[in-house]
Amino acid sequence: MSIQEFLQHLANGTSLGSLYALIAIGYTLVYGILRLINFAHGEIFMLGAYIAYYGIFFTPLPWWLVFILASVLTGLIGLLLEKIAYKPLRNSPRITILISAIGASFLFQNLGILIFSGRPKAFPAPAFLNGVLNIGGVSVGTISLIIPVVTIILLVLLTFIIQKTKTGMAMRALSKDYEAASLMGIDINKVISFTFFIGSFLAAVGGIMWGIKYLQLVPHMGVMPGLKCFIAAVIGGIGNITGAVIGGFILGLGEIMLIAFLPTLTGYRDAFAFILLILILLVKPTGLMGEKIAEKV
Amino acid sequence: MLAINDLHVSYGGIKALRGINLKIEEGQIVTLIGANGAGKSSTLRAIMNLVKKESGTIIYDDDDLTNLKTQEIVKKGIVLSPEGRRVFPNLTVEENLILGAYTIKDKASIQNQMNKMFELFPRLKEREWQKAGTLSGGEQQMLAVARALMIKPKVLMLDEPSLGLAPLLVKDIFEIIKEINRQGNTILLIEQNAKKALEVAHYGYVIETGSIVLEGEGRSLLNNDKVKEAYLGEAK
Ligand SMILES: Nc1ncnc2c1ncn2[C@@H]1O[C@H](COP(=O)(O)OP(=O)(O)OP(=O)(O)O)[C@@H](O)[C@H]1O
Ligand SMILES: [Mg+2]
Repeated sequence: MSIQEFLQHLANGTSLGSLYALIAIGYTLVYGILRLINFAHGEIFMLGAYIAYYGIFFTPLPWWLVFILASVLTGLIGLLLEKIAYKPLRNSPRITILISAIGASFLFQNLGILIFSGRPKAFPAPAFLNGVLNIGGVSVGTISLIIPVVTIILLVLLTFIIQKTKTGMAMRALSKDYEAASLMGIDINKVISFTFFIGSFLAAVGGIMWGIKYLQLVPHMGVMPGLKCFIAAVIGGIGNITGAVIGGFILGLGEIMLIAFLPTLTGYRDAFAFILLILILLVKPTGLMGEKIAEKV
Repeated sequence: MLAINDLHVSYGGIKALRGINLKIEEGQIVTLIGANGAGKSSTLRAIMNLVKKESGTIIYDDDDLTNLKTQEIVKKGIVLSPEGRRVFPNLTVEENLILGAYTIKDKASIQNQMNKMFELFPRLKEREWQKAGTLSGGEQQMLAVARALMIKPKVLMLDEPSLGLAPLLVKDIFEIIKEINRQGNTILLIEQNAKKALEVAHYGYVIETGSIVLEGEGRSLLNNDKVKEAYLGEAK
């Protein structure tokens, strides 16, 4: 493999890893606060892409505005999902709310088939985003360079929110002790809603960039990335944001490099994530950055 | 004045409170003493609406708090420092204090109050950047009290603030309780240490299996034979 080829794969892997990271954060944020695996998160990712698709076709707005509005709208859908499917079950056994999440996932997929139709749609990406750049013999899709940049900007923003703002502090407090948090005057429901909004917003940004990169939308497009990003979150240590990002990059880069170096194993591309999951669970069950998980009391 | 009227609480059919009546006069220290499981914490938790009330009302001055959400009760200036400290272990001392002032918008007044807390508890100042989970038990207790004071509560409820503290620190905590009361805070205090509590309290209530069985001024309860026998460990 030439150095040019390697760099090309590196760019590809980095952009895939960025997308995984964006989605994985949603799993980890929600888990951190509700101890819930939001199985419908992959479908939120899918919805983000479709909403952007319809926004481009049916509104006169410029593409960048459509992308932003679609992400916000998807964030609100995530927020509503929590209010409708999870909040009423907050005091039920955890398995109940998990089943509700799986149900929501299927519901979104099938509604997708019904409303968007099962036939693949070509994502109407602005042409310049789909260009190919040639840097010193390495040809890389423009979007593959944009994705990591957007991701890093969003990560910096997210870190700021979580570390420096009062709402971020409230989120961290909530992840340890609901009751004590409410005794501070924190409106628990608002913070939970905000968490779902952020997670879903990031997934939508991921979905839209996915659409630009792979150019094709189908209603079950969220299933595999959803599963893999859940795995990424677990590998990184679920509940830990840095961990989710690291997990996302490990999976994205690993997947691309596997195909690059061992092309005969291309068919095992999707299995890679699961094998890594099993290995991590055997070696370090709490994930790379995970603390010992103390049961909530 | 905070008035608790005919408060009933049950946990899954088991009665924990059977008609509690309390009055906490403005500017006073009022204590609620009783054996383990008598219902002291349940009373405070019901006031904050952390547990469901079967019946009864909570009135503060002219406000009916009975059906308010916890965060709205906090906004009215009623604050509970819960049993077992419950500081946020993953947050720094400073962040814990900032969250104590969550309902306050004015940044300058938050900073001002934080400085006051650091004067009151110099040990917290030294550990401003330390994660609360790594503080010693006593330091965590100080943080819990300081955190509850961050919004300058009108009524401060303390559930066993001296639990697990060394005798010297217990003395300190009681001094601080008296000091914040002198500064105008109304205090409802729960203590295992009935003697110390009755010594600082203007008024006291004795609770037994969910009912108030005795009440009176702190000093007079200290000299009450029944109290002496049951709670102060003194023979008749
Ligand atoms: N969440 C709960 N579920 C079931 N029973 C409870 C619950 N909380 C309290 N109880 C019961 O209610 C009664 C009163 O408890 P409470 O915590 O109010 O007692 P306490 O006076 O604060 O005791 P201590 O001095 O030990 O803190 C006890 O019998 C207790 O077992
Ligand atoms: Mg108690």
